[in-house]
Amino acid sequence: MRQGYCGRVPNALAVRGLRKRYGSVEALKGVDLEVGEGELVGLLGPNGAGKSTLVKIAVGLVRPTTGDAEVGGARAGSRSARAALGYLAELFRFPGWYTADEVLELHQQLAGSRGGAAERARLLELVALSDAAERRVDGMSKGMQQRLGIAQALVGEPRLLLLDEPTSALDPVGRRTVRLLLEELRRQGVSVLLNSHLLSEVELVCDRVTILLAGEVVAAGTPAELSRARGVELETDDGVRTIPGATREDAPRLVSEAIAAGRRVYGVRVLTSTLEDTYLEAVGGETD
Amino acid sequence: MRRKVFAVVILLTAVFLFLFWLANHYVFGQLSQITPPRDVNVDTRTFAGAFLTGLAMFATLFLGVVLAVFLTIGVVSGDAERGLLQPLVVRPVGRSTLLLSRFLGAAGVCVAYVLFVYFTAMVITGLTGHWWPDRIAWPGFELAFGVVIVIALSLLGSVVLSSTANGIAVFMLFGAGLVAGLLGTIGHALNSHAVKQASTITAWALPFEALYQDALRMITEKTSGLTGFLLQLGPFGGAYVHGWGIRVWSAGYLIVVGAIALWAFSRRNL
Ligand SMILES: Nc1ncnc2c1ncn2[C@@H]1O[C@H](COP(=O)(O)OP(=O)(O)O)[C@@H](O)[C@H]1O
Ligand SMILES: [Mg+2]
Repeated sequence: MRQGYCGRVPNALAVRGLRKRYGSVEALKGVDLEVGEGELVGLLGPNGAGKSTLVKIAVGLVRPTTGDAEVGGARAGSRSARAALGYLAELFRFPGWYTADEVLELHQQLAGSRGGAAERARLLELVALSDAAERRVDGMSKGMQQRLGIAQALVGEPRLLLLDEPTSALDPVGRRTVRLLLEELRRQGVSVLLNSHLLSEVELVCDRVTILLAGEVVAAGTPAELSRARGVELETDDGVRTIPGATREDAPRLVSEAIAAGRRVYGVRVLTSTLEDTYLEAVGGETD
Repeated sequence: MRRKVFAVVILLTAVFLFLFWLANHYVFGQLSQITPPRDVNVDTRTFAGAFLTGLAMFATLFLGVVLAVFLTIGVVSGDAERGLLQPLVVRPVGRSTLLLSRFLGAAGVCVAYVLFVYFTAMVITGLTGHWWPDRIAWPGFELAFGVVIVIALSLLGSVVLSSTANGIAVFMLFGAGLVAGLLGTIGHALNSHAVKQASTITAWALPFEALYQDALRMITEKTSGLTGFLLQLGPFGGAYVHGWGIRVWSAGYLIVVGAIALWAFSRRNL
């Protein structure tokens, strides 16, 4: 869809050694993060981890204490960086007397989009708000406003989309809409950074996930990498034994070895940890 | 919320203009019973007309400032807190354009409002009392300019203070102007150089007050003897700063306050 650059394509978002201090609180303690072209990256972590601070720096709302952030190769906060992105704030509001259509029209003007009525209709359709185009923001539920916020972030076909807790006010149907939307955006090659403090089906569609805790990256990788095996459990007449580090591929060999050693094998189970386990473990929650 | 504010402003203005008409009606109806103070050497009609117009100008400035504060009190802090600002400032138009457009919007509304109230009050006095100020338009423009300066101060305040703190700060500045005027009056009465000096310095520091004084001076510019008396009447007291000096100073002041507001806004975390 998009014309490639000669040579290295700059990352949609690149954050290096980012630190942010609010008085005595250190919200970010040297964070590195990249969102490649067309990549969908999830930034997970409990409340207060610093996710919103990182995104606010990326969109130019907050100035970093040290370190730098670039959007498509341009310094975060610069005009060209801002022109390349769409942003949904964690806490946002549109003027209550605007209709959904007028909100999008305002943002088309601000973003210099020439999409006109066709773009607005397409975006409202995308977030399942076609029927509410003429509804005033005051008369919308929180979930509808959040979906309108997502549509607003998509005005002007941004190269990079930053969504701060986009599903926090959504019911399961709304979350599904967002998941389908993210999959559609991935097909279109839009880069996305998605912030969330909870793991739902939406976060599971990410290409990569970074887990932030108290301003530091504590885990990063693809969901598959983060849901790695935790060993194999073998039940014999000798009792239940866990072989840590073993994977599914090791299971037949472990069974043969046990039989060769004269044991009766009653069962074998491959233990895996889900992304959720990894997440809970990383942020210090309970695991089973 | 905003609509309610406008409704209140329109209602207050209507009440004020009605009361002002009533005052004119009675004052000019009983003109024969009014005697100007002995040291003021003018005819009764001029005295009554200038007196009423001076009061109307104070009320106009006050109402204009109230409107200005309501329109600008939370433009940055308040809107940022409610999440209205963030979706706008991340757009390529940028922060300075946004703040300037808010300034122009508020200034447009307030200038139109101040000129409307000023000229309506003048016409009420003109038609009921057959008295017109020496200068027709300039005093109105100066009042409007004074309110525009308050808008700039309030916008700057909204960048660095919370809405509530900003509202208090702006009205305190307005009150400081009031006190400076009283000081001037006291200074004149006591013939104290130091007190007059303090009043003059405050007038330069808060030029909306100096502009108001200058506007007051102009309505009886050609009537000798009356100006001095009139200026000590209103709560804003004596005009010891006036003419082009204060106009040019005010323009420079507006630019400096605006530049500081833009600079502070460009650096603010939202
Ligand atoms: N404007 C601010 N002033 C002071 N502290 C702040 C501000 N914004 C965030 N913080 C603090 O920084 C830390 C990270 O906050 P935030 O980025 O909002 O986390 P998250 O989005 O992961 O919940 C928290 O401890 C929060 O209290
Ligand atoms: Mg957050």
